[in-house]
Amino acid sequence: MGLAGLFFLIIGLGLVAWFAGRARAAALATDEKHSLNSLPSYHGWFVTLWAIVPAFLFIAVWSVVTPAIVTNDVLAQPAAANLPTEPMLLGAILSEARAIAQGIQDTAFQPEAAAIVPLYAAAIAKFQWIGAAVTVLLIFAGAAFAYTRLSAQFRARAKVERGVMVALLAASLIAILTTIGIVGSLLFETIRFFDMVSPAEFLFSTNWNPQKTAVPGQDNGFGSVPLFWGTIFIGAIIAMIVAIPLGLMSAVYLTQYASPKFRQVMKPTLEILAGIPTVVYGYFAALTVAPAVRDFAVMMGVSNPTSESALAAGLVMGVMIIPFISSMADDSIAAVPQAMRDGSLAMGATKSETIKQVLIPAALPGVVGGVLLAVSRAIGETMIVVMAAGFAANMTANPFASVTTVTVQIVKLLTGDQEFDSPMTLAAFALGMALFIITLLLNLVALSVVKKYREAYD
Amino acid sequence: MTDLISKAPTDWTKPDMARRIAKRYAAERRFKYLGAFSIVLSAAFLAFLLIVMIGGGWNGFKRTVAPVEFDFPALTGGIQASSLTGENAAAAIASMDLPALVEVASSDAFPAGAPDADAVLASSAWTEVRTALLDNPQLVAQKSVINLPVAAAIDAAYKGKGTPEAEALVAQLDGKLSSTFNWPFLSNSDATDPVQVGIWGALKGSLMTMFITLMIAFPIGVLSALYLEEYAPKNRWTDLIEVSINNLAAVPSIIFGLLGLVVFLEWFAMPRSAALVGGLTLALMTMPVIVIAGRNAIKSVPPSIREAALGVGASPVQVVFHHVLPLALPGIMTGTIIGMARALGETAPLLMIGMRAFISEAPQGFSDAATVLPVQIYLWSDEVNASFVEKTNAAIIILLIVLLSMNALAIYLRNRFETRW
Repeated sequence: MGLAGLFFLIIGLGLVAWFAGRARAAALATDEKHSLNSLPSYHGWFVTLWAIVPAFLFIAVWSVVTPAIVTNDVLAQPAAANLPTEPMLLGAILSEARAIAQGIQDTAFQPEAAAIVPLYAAAIAKFQWIGAAVTVLLIFAGAAFAYTRLSAQFRARAKVERGVMVALLAASLIAILTTIGIVGSLLFETIRFFDMVSPAEFLFSTNWNPQKTAVPGQDNGFGSVPLFWGTIFIGAIIAMIVAIPLGLMSAVYLTQYASPKFRQVMKPTLEILAGIPTVVYGYFAALTVAPAVRDFAVMMGVSNPTSESALAAGLVMGVMIIPFISSMADDSIAAVPQAMRDGSLAMGATKSETIKQVLIPAALPGVVGGVLLAVSRAIGETMIVVMAAGFAANMTANPFASVTTVTVQIVKLLTGDQEFDSPMTLAAFALGMALFIITLLLNLVALSVVKKYREAYD
Repeated sequence: MTDLISKAPTDWTKPDMARRIAKRYAAERRFKYLGAFSIVLSAAFLAFLLIVMIGGGWNGFKRTVAPVEFDFPALTGGIQASSLTGENAAAAIASMDLPALVEVASSDAFPAGAPDADAVLASSAWTEVRTALLDNPQLVAQKSVINLPVAAAIDAAYKGKGTPEAEALVAQLDGKLSSTFNWPFLSNSDATDPVQVGIWGALKGSLMTMFITLMIAFPIGVLSALYLEEYAPKNRWTDLIEVSINNLAAVPSIIFGLLGLVVFLEWFAMPRSAALVGGLTLALMTMPVIVIAGRNAIKSVPPSIREAALGVGASPVQVVFHHVLPLALPGIMTGTIIGMARALGETAPLLMIGMRAFISEAPQGFSDAATVLPVQIYLWSDEVNASFVEKTNAAIIILLIVLLSMNALAIYLRNRFETRW
């Protein structure tokens, strides 16, 4: 029985348990003296929770540990005795045999793997049956235990509500678990990377040309400086030169000048820009904007411009960021007290003078916070730069040249062969770690700036 | 004090004052036009992007077909229509050797002097004959005309973007070719021949991935929003949870891909490229969005509702699940749809977990190798064959239609069901 079948079995039996518990409670309430403490449906829920929660927990643990148990079971059998003992080779054979036994793969490339496929299939079937049997047993045991505890005076509601509270708390802890998962997985692989390549090279060298094997005490081409320069050049300079004026002026016009009707139409239109998938922007940048930029470069007299340029990627990324900056600026300007605006206008300042000399300075912390968030989003953006910026690690401030970014290199390093003992694969995690730390810092600073600013006017 | 009061009032009629005011008003106008210009520029960019995509993708929904007459009784030696029904139909069709049949029939159909049928018809044309015969076995008993797709080069030439040689061939075939709606594009999966490609495999992969994402992110997101907004005590743990969620909402999506790669593929040994893993990865990314939207929706339910429920004897859990949650649900749904739309357009994290393989058949289960629509667009955009450009644009149009209708649904829900207190 597969996992899905087991899942529906548990749900079905849980439903049966609910009706059984409710019927039992209704039967208990015989007369005035024996009126129920809780509604019958709470009794039903109590029995259901006892039936399904242990079963689900068991399945979660079981599905994690079974692969290891199955492998041990296969290796313990006499037919597996003549398998090679070298760990890498053995692992490859076992994983191939497992893939065939599960039907993911059709034919074996290694004869040893083909030989142990039936063993594997048998072991998997055996442990699936054991798992299913234990699950059904747990359902009945839990339900029976809960069922026997029901009585008219039983505080079923309090018990069920405690269960609900535990579920709520567990759900909120997922967020912390995810954060720990991110930090843990990145940190673990990053440490392994720095075992092979010195941190000094990674942080300060300007030579990015990753090699499959790293030789200690020598430049292995893992200098990440050009990648970070490319990231900043595209995400924090070119994109922001496009997005800050357009986004800010759009917000100013929409909040201060536009008629309500114009605002009603244009605000959602701008938001569509934020809803377009990045892969579409990337395709647009690569196929439409990049050739135009190259033609423009030729017109400007730039010698042999490339088809992939920092300018094309940065321009399109800037457009993507406009609605983001616009909505942050919108919020900040709206938060400036009306009295400040009225005071300025009453002194005879024109609307634009009020905006330039009162509103924007007053809203500046909020706008700056928004820009920082926008930068953090731009430098983590992947698809536009993968499709339009190119792979060449150049340290150049020429917008018509091809530069590469951190995210591009992560994609490049991880979409080939993934070998978790090669510095090329591990370098992607070191880059990811650096990206995570930078965006984290940017977000924390931006959020604290925005928060402080909100407090100042509250 | 008298000095201040007796100061002469500004004479607004003096020419230098008038000049100054005119200058200030000019600056005012300039500023206003600058604002209007920037918003129009942004909107124009959007319009330009959509026009480029629709203009380029329009042809992707059309395909060029040529009518080919099959004299089945003569070609096959009189196969009975009845043999093409029932269980043995597949075997009977296989015995007909359709590729050869197509070759013979099309060499009669196309003018002498034109190169052989291979160059005119798509190499997969015979599969369409098979489909036509299975749909209507009666065709085999008579002379039948079946419309077959032409090769990619001729298709491009017929649409006006071909090479000179293909253009010449189209001129020779003039009057025979016609354009029809490309139904196979909606029902096929990825292929090496651009005539054959379709988006169904990727669309189904997207739907399966989104199903997993919704099933995991929605309950967890709603439950944590309820906990943080209604029950959480003010302490260090709660602060930690809040900081985690706010930060996760701003982590670059590619980092979630790295997390999925290490945790789900490396540590848990889940199947590579599967919709299951993609869905889990995107669920972790979408969950914070749902939590933040959910908290705002729950916050907007007025305290009087809670107090009234408590007043008539509801327990804290009953207050939340019987009253607060139903009232906050429209807001939560809106946030969920927006988060799902973002996840549906996401590409980078799925590249990390290997959903970039060539998938020529729609996935059957959640652990089958699958791809999703944005990744399919990325893969096609890398193809050298120029005929893929219109297919890529067509796939983008479909993705945008799905996303825009999701956003429209969110706006509709917000306007229709949200209560203003």
